[in-house]
Order: sequence, then structure tokens, then C-alpha cells
Amino acid sequence: MFAFKRQSASDAVFDMINNFVMLCICFMTLYPIWYVVVNAFNDGADAMRGGIYWWPRQFSLESFRAVFSSSGIMTAMGVTVAKTVIGTVVHVFFTAMVAYAVSRRELIGRKLYMIIGTITMFFGGGLIPYYLLIRDLGLLDSFLVYIIPAMFSFFDLIIFLSFFREIPEALEEAAKIDGAHDFRIFYSVIIPSSMPVIATIGLFHGVYQWNDYFTGMIYINNTDLQPIQTFLFRVVAQSSSNQMLASMPSGVAVTVTSQSLKLATMVVTTAPIVFVYPFLQKYFVKGFMLGAIKG
Amino acid sequence: MSSISSSEKRRTRFKKFYGQRYLQVMALLGVAWMIVFNYIPMYGIIIAFKEFDIISSISAAPWVGFEHFKAFLEDENLPYVIKNTLGMSILKLVIGFPLPILFALFLNEIRSAFFKKSIQTISYLPHFLSWVILGGIMATWLADVGIVNKILMALHLIEEPITYLAEPDHFWTIIITSDIWKELGWSAIIYLAAISSVSPEYYEAATIDGAGRFQKIWNITLPSIKGTITILFILAVSGLLNSNFDQILVLRNSLNETSSNVIDYYVYQTGLLSGRYSYATAVGLIKSVIALMLLLGANYVTKKLNNTSLF
Repeated sequence: MFAFKRQSASDAVFDMINNFVMLCICFMTLYPIWYVVVNAFNDGADAMRGGIYWWPRQFSLESFRAVFSSSGIMTAMGVTVAKTVIGTVVHVFFTAMVAYAVSRRELIGRKLYMIIGTITMFFGGGLIPYYLLIRDLGLLDSFLVYIIPAMFSFFDLIIFLSFFREIPEALEEAAKIDGAHDFRIFYSVIIPSSMPVIATIGLFHGVYQWNDYFTGMIYINNTDLQPIQTFLFRVVAQSSSNQMLASMPSGVAVTVTSQSLKLATMVVTTAPIVFVYPFLQKYFVKGFMLGAIKG
Repeated sequence: MSSISSSEKRRTRFKKFYGQRYLQVMALLGVAWMIVFNYIPMYGIIIAFKEFDIISSISAAPWVGFEHFKAFLEDENLPYVIKNTLGMSILKLVIGFPLPILFALFLNEIRSAFFKKSIQTISYLPHFLSWVILGGIMATWLADVGIVNKILMALHLIEEPITYLAEPDHFWTIIITSDIWKELGWSAIIYLAAISSVSPEYYEAATIDGAGRFQKIWNITLPSIKGTITILFILAVSGLLNSNFDQILVLRNSLNETSSNVIDYYVYQTGLLSGRYSYATAVGLIKSVIALMLLLGANYVTKKLNNTSLF
């Protein structure tokens, strides 16, 4: 292949233009995020004048200090971390467990279970009946509303299925001869040999849990149970950042504005995801492909 | 004779079932979850045909037939809600669907593996940001002193700052652009995966035949990923009425109402905010039925055209 690579002039031009366009796309992707970051690190009152594009004009950490000293945000952050960790573990474990059971060909009723699941992918009850269900289950204003309704996904089950099919049956046979029952095989044989797909689904669901504001917005009234995204939604979309400012402890510097507080909260909220995802991406591309091939 | 063998069959079947009791418990827990969280809401749809109020139970509410559906047809908000839902979705389909394919095709032409990987990593970063964050980013960019106004004024394209999010005229542009910005790289992953499974022999053969860059893209790469494109197209068509609810919720406000209200938001507004549960459920049901028909229709057409389909 390499021997053929005699670059013609038109090829070189194509490469140049292509590289340039790709660089532009990268710039357009990163710059909006960078713009928010530099403005967040600038003194709030000064940033109001605008015109900060590349680097903070008056570097200041006051907005961040204000964010971390506000008890409302820290509570919301705690709720978010808790729901992300617990929600992800429960979702991955439960969905994988069901997937493993229906991946076994000898399972009686397997076809029926799959049909029951497939229908749910194309038809649902809609927002209002779902809300009534959550209410009737007593999940309103309960931490469990983040965990139980999100603990299973049939779409993720399909991704697990295609992965489990590739695990050699000899592994299960060996465990069976040792007298292990099916659940034991699942957690001591299947789970350890499925780490790539578990990391993938875990990342997807973790991001969902971290980013979801809707659940907190419609099912939760108690502000102590509100996740950071819902908190931020109220600040960003409903412009209640002045209230947020008013609730700040009195020591906060006057240069912190509602706008700079917003930006700092956005940076704090997003930072964990941006730091985690490059490490996990080698897993999820593989898992995504598995899901893609299944369609 | 036959009754004995059938009872025997039942017994061996039960024995087999008992033998796999652990597996059955594992599977049935999932089925139970789906019955509660997927099928009970489907049953709840019947409130669309009833006069349901929050205090009484679903079964006790009186039947009213198609009254709520009729009311929706006479609703003065109907024209713009439908127009916004379809308008934004069709624009997303026309612009947002081909762009990731183009991006994947050209990204695949990058020679340096490191550069290619870096572009990929950067391009799907925004997928991981929440719409809330994106709403904040957009508000910062589109503010009076924001960068968009500064650039347009420097270029003398506008005389004074525009408050974009307060004007209905700009809403669709904002929605389409921000959606592409967020999902371009992510949507391209599937196509890149499909492209990477094309056998290099085809390209070698084409090179020997003297095919140029674009000829190879057109005659080999594109036909090879046709199946993936078709499947994703069917899914995109079936999701035509699914305006991105999160996105709308974050970027809408009372000033851009006439071009931001879509079916999904309307259901939320009339149902959860105004408490018209039955009416909102009827509107939601109309949407689901149309979406299902779109799915089946798109599936049928693509099956006829090129033998690829979802089912």
C-alpha cells in the first residue's frame, strides 16, 4: 500500500484543504467552551464589559470561591455525585443481569421476553401517564426517583446481548461443573470478562445521570434533593441567579456578578466529565460499534 | 393418550423451568420492571379518552370519547405548535443528517493517524455536555456584549446588538446550529466504524484502475456504508416529531414562544404546568401514533428501494 503512495499535486491540494477544514471544525468546537472558561476566571464586574476572548483580563478566582462557599450548590453537587455513582452501578448491574439471562438460548420464554422489550423501544405512554405512575409509586420527592426508573434500558440490553454472545461457552461450562448456579456464573464469570461493554454502558449512563436535569425538575420539589444540573437550569434558563447571589454568604466579594457566578458554576459542573471521558473513550468506541452494528 | 403426553410434556417443561430458576428470576425481574415502567404508562393512555382529574383514580374517571382530540384540532395554538415541530425537525433532518456523513467521509481521508484521532476526540466532546450547560454557553455568546454581536457589528452586518434569544425569528437557526455543534462528531462515529470495516482490497484495486480520491469516496466508501445510512435514516424519520425536549426547554422563553413551542413542550405545558392531564395525554398520543406510522412508512419505503430495513 505504501509503495503506491506517490502524491500527485491534486492530492496534495486536497489534503491541505481537508486538514484546514478539520482544524476549523476543531476550533469551532473548542472555542465556545474556552470562551466560557476564560470569562469564568475573569473578575466578574470587569467581564461585564465584554471583550474577553483569549485570556482573562483580570484573573480572579472569586466566582469559584463563591460557588464553593454556597451551600446550595454543594448540596446539589453531592446529590449529583451520589445519583451518578449509585445510578450507574445499579443500571449496569441490573441491565447486564437481565441481558445475561435472555442471552442463554435454553431460557424458556426467551422469545416472549424479547418481544415485550422490543415493543417498549417503539411505543410508550408519554409524559403524563408516566408522571402519574411515578406519583402513584410514591417516588415524588424521593432520591429513589433517580435510581429505580433509570435502572433498566432495553437498548442497553441489546448492546450487552451482542457482547455476551462472544464470550466462549467453555467458561460457563467450567463454572457449571464446579457447581456454580446461574447467578453466580453471572457475577463471577460473565461480569469480569465483560469489562469493555460494562465501561461503555457505564460511561453512557454515568453521563446521562450527570447531565439529567429533567427528573430533578419535575419530580423533585425539595431543594436538598435537587441535582446540580437542575440547580443550574433554574439559574441559567430561569434567570434566578440574582436569588442565588442574594443567598450567598456575606463575605463574598462585590465583584462577583450573577453572570460570573453562572459561568463558574457551569465550569465546575462540566469539569468532571471533560476530565473523565478521554480515559474511557477507547472502551466506548468499541461498545458503540457493537451497538451500531445491531442497529 | 394425548392428554397424558401433554401433561407429561408440561411436567418436563416445569422441571426444565425449575432447573433454570435462577435465570428465570433474573429475566423476570427485567420483565417486571418493563411492565411497571413501560406498560403501566401505556395503560395510562386511556385517560386521553376520559375526564381525568388529579384527585380521582384512572378507572373512576368518566369516559368522554374523542373529545380531547377534537379540542386539540380546534386549539388556537395548534398551527404554530405543528409548524415548529415539523419545521425544526425537517431542517434537522435535511441539514443535520448528511453533515455527519460528510464529516466522517472527509475525516477518513486524513492521513495522519494521530491527527485523525485528535480531531475525533475533540469533535465529540460537546456530546458530553448537558443542554443546560449549552444553554449557558449560547446565552453567553448571544448576549448584547457577546461575541456573535461583536463580530457581526465589526463586519457592519448589523448596526446594533440583537437579543437573539428574545426574538422568534432567530430561534430555529439557534436550535439547528447548536444541535449540529453538539452532535456532529458523535453522529459520525457510527459511519466511521462502518467505513473502517470496508476491505482495503477494494481501494487497492481502484487505485490500480486509476481511480482518484473522489471517485473512491463516491464508488467505494459511500456504497459500502449505504446500509448504515439507511438504518439511521429510518430511525431519524421515525424520530421526526421528537423535538429535542431538553434543548427546547433550555433555550425557549416567553418572548420566542411562537417559534419555540413544539408538541413535546406543549404536552408538558398543558399537562404538568396547567394540570390538563387528559388533554395533554391526548396530544401526546397523537404524536406517538404519527411517529409510529412514520417509522413503519420509512421502513417500508427503504425496504422497497434498496432491500435494507429495520425489521
